[in-house]
Amino acid sequence: MIRPHFPTCFLQWGTPMRERTSGRTVGGFRNLFLQGPAVTLLLLWMLVPLGMTLWFSFQRYNLINPMISGFAGWDNYTYLLTDPALWTAMGNTLLLVGWVLAISVIGGTLLAVLFQQEFFGRGIARLLVIAPFFVMPTVGALVWKNMLMHPVNGVFAWLSNLLGLPVIDWFSSMPLTSIIIIVSWQWMPFALLILLTAIQSLDDDQVEAARMDGAGPLAIFWFITLPHLKRAISVVIMIEMIFLLTIFAEIFVTTSGGPGLASTNLAYFIYIRALLDFDVGGASAGGVIAIILANIVAIFLIRTVAKNLET
Amino acid sequence: MATLQLNNIVKDFGGTQVIKGVDLEVKDREFVVFVGPSGCGKSTLMRMIAGLESTTSGEIAIDGERINEVGPADRGLAMVFQSYALYPHMSVEDNMGFSLRLAKVPKAERREKVLAAARILQLEPLLDRKPRALSGGQRQRVAIGRAIVRNPSIFLFDEPLSNLDAALRVQMRIELARLHEELDATMIYVTHDQIEAMTMADKIVVLQDGLVEQIGSPMALYHHPCNRFVAGFIGSPKMNFLDVEVREASNEGVNVALPGGDCRVPVDGSGVSAGDTLTLGIRPEHLKLDDEGPLTGKIVVIERLGGVTSLYLEHGDSEWILVADGDVAHRVHDQVRFSFDPTCGHLFKGDGEALNHLHRHPLVDIDRKQNRVSSASDDQ
Repeated sequence: MIRPHFPTCFLQWGTPMRERTSGRTVGGFRNLFLQGPAVTLLLLWMLVPLGMTLWFSFQRYNLINPMISGFAGWDNYTYLLTDPALWTAMGNTLLLVGWVLAISVIGGTLLAVLFQQEFFGRGIARLLVIAPFFVMPTVGALVWKNMLMHPVNGVFAWLSNLLGLPVIDWFSSMPLTSIIIIVSWQWMPFALLILLTAIQSLDDDQVEAARMDGAGPLAIFWFITLPHLKRAISVVIMIEMIFLLTIFAEIFVTTSGGPGLASTNLAYFIYIRALLDFDVGGASAGGVIAIILANIVAIFLIRTVAKNLET
Repeated sequence: MATLQLNNIVKDFGGTQVIKGVDLEVKDREFVVFVGPSGCGKSTLMRMIAGLESTTSGEIAIDGERINEVGPADRGLAMVFQSYALYPHMSVEDNMGFSLRLAKVPKAERREKVLAAARILQLEPLLDRKPRALSGGQRQRVAIGRAIVRNPSIFLFDEPLSNLDAALRVQMRIELARLHEELDATMIYVTHDQIEAMTMADKIVVLQDGLVEQIGSPMALYHHPCNRFVAGFIGSPKMNFLDVEVREASNEGVNVALPGGDCRVPVDGSGVSAGDTLTLGIRPEHLKLDDEGPLTGKIVVIERLGGVTSLYLEHGDSEWILVADGDVAHRVHDQVRFSFDPTCGHLFKGDGEALNHLHRHPLVDIDRKQNRVSSASDDQ
């Protein structure tokens, strides 16, 4: 078959078009037309808010006092970076992300091994253990706040009374821990879900070969199951980290970042700046810092994950 | 190095009996092959010996010692899986040394043993690679090496060659036989491929529906199948069967009626009387084209393999397969006549049981080692 030559000749000015061995052209106007709308939409979606945030972060912009205005230079940034509250919030963010990751990945792995075993009612048990992931964050946090951790009406308080132990007022005595518990409860099912599907793809023959080689259950977990899950675990860590850096609803509903700044993370800190202090300029500067931080994390993560996926 | 006895062992999977009472005696240094159609229980039987499946009843003994309750690792066996089951994240060396590592063998000693096994299998240049970077045949060798390192009393092979291509399979078959001689080990091998069974076994165990149909040397199964199932299963293409009427029977032979005249098959006919219906079995390679022959058929399909040609014939209700030499010039739809040497015929009773041949085939008791130049005679 002879391909019509006209269109390719017509498009040949400018950069020469590459051609695959299959005869399909790469690049050129036709592809640009097809990709254009989606790329444009995505760029607008990303660039407009980013540009506005950058712009605001260099402005004096306070919603309470419209008289304060004009170019601020680096003032918003210097003010923010010298504010100890920012560093507290960053520390809290790291603690929150780190602990929730540790709890959900370790717990999720162990639960995945558990729920892989044959037992009566396994299907229903699996459904129930995954359920927390499908509860809205606000709803989940409210359930924990009012029904579980409440110092008077909560189940935990009732349990402590039953055992004669002192009642813990969770949100005032250990606010960050409480939030870590709630968020872990929400994200452990996600880790479990991914790791359970990964564990199911483990070749039975490998486990049996290990048994023949003299491996007990612990050795099989350590030498066979865990290496098999390595890839899935790195994917879980990456996805969870992206979402955990921006935890907001759980804090908003339970502790409101308090007492003081004890449970304020970076996202909540920006919220305080923008919508409680009405300091749009300062909040935008915080946003820019958060973006930079997230990107640093993302670079490291994607590198390690990519390395993992290669080998 | 070890003998194995199975005494009436049974495997019950929630009410369904998969193995229905198997007795077997494996001698020291013997190469035993389990064959049978898929679902006959041959793999289950091997997994029971390995300890990966529990035994519902009966006794498994190695060197006379009951091992039913012993765990798979402590039976002194090593198994090579069909999928090789290599640990993908470990190097070849770590794969082979895994059992020693679990047994807390010091690193230097471990390495020495792995190297020794690698030398036997020519794996030395591959020791640092991951299984992913190996070809099918190399993976197979690593899996065998992992078994050798354990220095087991009995090797178990679960269809180890079925994932390899045909050329490599032939090569590995020879290599396995060489290994058997070199290691002087008892080996049990599961396969559905009868060429593997015939070429490697000292003793073949034919299984069907969880029962042993026949145990014997490859030539015994070929020349003296004890029933119709074994006769049909061993040999390729399949044996031809034809229902025939008995004219006269004695313990000196049986005369049966064929379309083109009677024929006398030299089998012990005691218990059979004239007028009974028996099944005559003749292997395709024992039929020959013969213009004077008593049988006739129309060619339906011709398969030319070069050296030999298979003719699929049709006559009335009966179908025949005939293996002739490669120069047969017949075309499809040709009518041909053919005959056979009655001493190659087999007769089966209504329940499938074979009538005993009067003369044993001279090659029945041939030792497998006589089929190849052994490593010992290499030195001469």
